[in-house]
Amino acid sequence: MARTTSSASVASGWRPLVLGVVLATLSPLIVACGSQTSGIVINLYNGPQENFSTIIDRCNDLARGKYRIKLRQLPRHAEGQREQLVRRLAAGDAGLDVMLMDITWVAELAEAGWIREWTGEQTRQVEDGTLAKPLETGRWNNKLYAAPYNTNVQLLWYRSDLVQTPPKTWKELIEAADKLAAAGKPHYAEVTGAQYEGLVVWFNALVASAGGGIVSDDGTKGVLDAGALKALQTMKAFATSRAADPSLSNTQEQEANLAFQSGAAAFQLNWPFVYTATRDTNPQLFSKLRWAPYPGIDGPGRSPLGGAVFAVGKYSKHPKEAFEAALCLRDPVSQKIAAVKDGLPPTIRSVYDDPEFIAAYPMRDAILQALETAGQRPHTPFYQNISTTMSTVLSPPRAIDPEATLDRLRDEISDALQSKGVLP
Amino acid sequence: MRPSRTHSRRDGTGKAKRKPVTEGTKAERRLGLLLCAPAALTMLLVAGWPIVYSFLLSFQRYDLRFPDARGWIGFDNYVTVLTNQYWWTAFTVTTVIMVVTVAIELVLGMALAMIMHRTLAARGLLRTAVLIPYGIVTVVAAYGWKYAWTPGTGWLAGFLPEDAAPLTEQIPALGIIVLAEVWKTTPFMALLLLAGLALVPDELHRAAEMDGASRWQRFTKVTLPLMKPAILVALLFRSLDAFRIYDNIYVLTNGSQSTSSVSILTYHNLIGGLNLGIGSTLSVLIFLTVTLIAFIFIKIFGATTPGTDRKERR
Repeated sequence: MARTTSSASVASGWRPLVLGVVLATLSPLIVACGSQTSGIVINLYNGPQENFSTIIDRCNDLARGKYRIKLRQLPRHAEGQREQLVRRLAAGDAGLDVMLMDITWVAELAEAGWIREWTGEQTRQVEDGTLAKPLETGRWNNKLYAAPYNTNVQLLWYRSDLVQTPPKTWKELIEAADKLAAAGKPHYAEVTGAQYEGLVVWFNALVASAGGGIVSDDGTKGVLDAGALKALQTMKAFATSRAADPSLSNTQEQEANLAFQSGAAAFQLNWPFVYTATRDTNPQLFSKLRWAPYPGIDGPGRSPLGGAVFAVGKYSKHPKEAFEAALCLRDPVSQKIAAVKDGLPPTIRSVYDDPEFIAAYPMRDAILQALETAGQRPHTPFYQNISTTMSTVLSPPRAIDPEATLDRLRDEISDALQSKGVLP
Repeated sequence: MRPSRTHSRRDGTGKAKRKPVTEGTKAERRLGLLLCAPAALTMLLVAGWPIVYSFLLSFQRYDLRFPDARGWIGFDNYVTVLTNQYWWTAFTVTTVIMVVTVAIELVLGMALAMIMHRTLAARGLLRTAVLIPYGIVTVVAAYGWKYAWTPGTGWLAGFLPEDAAPLTEQIPALGIIVLAEVWKTTPFMALLLLAGLALVPDELHRAAEMDGASRWQRFTKVTLPLMKPAILVALLFRSLDAFRIYDNIYVLTNGSQSTSSVSILTYHNLIGGLNLGIGSTLSVLIFLTVTLIAFIFIKIFGATTPGTDRKERR
């Protein structure tokens, strides 16, 4: 008797649960019948971007139920993002549909066969109206593997109350800092000198400005010529001058901007996000904020090139929809939202002529001009290896011994290019 | 030394006087083996195979990004690693961290254990308070230390001269890593030592006191010798742990400015660089070093589990 009662009560306890599970499983189908959604979910991997959901929502509306983009957020720092993506890709994760990734990963992931090539009509759509330099970052072996989303260039930002004519070279920059220091005024120039990708970005821009190279065009050999030596000499001279903030070897983009905001610096070399950041947090300083092209070594400087691109995962089960979704996420309207709201310069030329964009980007011309000559970081499947190696060898910048450092770089980069040697 | 000598003598006598085994005992032993088998098999699968696999990988050129270039290359990876300056820097750094942290922890842990052992009032509260650092997740604590030492935001950085960024220079950064590690694991050391202290009979202390031994003499002549097995085990555990230090460094510096430990180096090559060959070589080398440390402790210092010599061989 007791047993029957208890089993009956178990059954009655289970029934609502079972019903609930059944309903929950069916409900997407029921909804699907109503609005004709396919139920295809496109997983989109990206690090945090404040207004990204606006862009995604718009594309989901435009898809009219063909697919639904779902954002999977990655860590804030690029290194953490790459780690997650490559681990999943190496394991053949079918859940990776669309990835928004750093331009420096394209060669690596394409060579490993982890991202799909863009083909046919969609390639044409990506190429159409896209700026040349950013488009180049999406290619590997003359094939398009990634569609440019935003690009980025660094400018020399300075305070008009301290500096009348902005310096054109690093030498002039150091001299200007000396003069300001002698007058007892804020004189630091903030540069990303911490041991991380930013240090490589700085070195790469200097090498490009000196007309040199780090890795050969086919990405197989280390070059490190006279231009690289000049770059090292410039870094050393800067790091040991009065222009360098004492915490140079601990400065990333955010710290550079914070130091500038705090009033300790007269200059900073940074991406355009500092414009909106200064406007929002420090209106007084904002009124004195000016910009100039990236300083050179002998002639005009070449800014570093940054940016992000969309790629479709090799193991994605819905590649067709994934490519479509990526196209929408990078179309002119999406890029304008990213540019105006999140400070990410677009890669489609026509967006630069949009009145809303022009109003938000007074430094538009400077960006376009910098994009003409911006120096791309080495395009090679071994980028991760040589980048880690370079940031280790170059850190801290004040300890650079140009000739010896160049020899060490040459040795370690040639090892890294064969995936030989131990990464630091 | 004494425990191990007793150990071997008993072993010898045991063998000499072995009695014939009865049927019942045999059946019991068989049952015992059968009962152990699932656990032993599981251990073999989850621990044995990965170790073997690491060894196999360490003899291959195998970069996940370039599967076509995979192949057997003998000891090439070992040559590469053992002639590499990053490995030796990391090895030195790790050894220094291990020796320094374990030494400090031994002294502090002993002091804490004595306090916990002798205190009369609020014993429970005291023991709980001592254990708090050990209860905090290492990564969380490490972030606490990191922010504390960051110029501009940290409360500890405020005590330093302006513009000092201790985490960006090798020696200060290592100092902070050692501090974080000591703060975190001293309670563990104290607990192990407390167990050893409990083994020291009070009568001996009283007898020594009667004979006129000073406090210090009682500590060095009575407490320490009797605690030796417990101390050795504590040192062994902590040394093995400290040699594999990872999370504190990962959060505090992630190995920049030559502060990599061997585990951080392995992670960078294995996970960041996707180089299974070099990465496995590094982990095999760590495995061998750890084995060597354990061997030295057990064979040379004669570390045993506390109480083994008294009740082994039932």
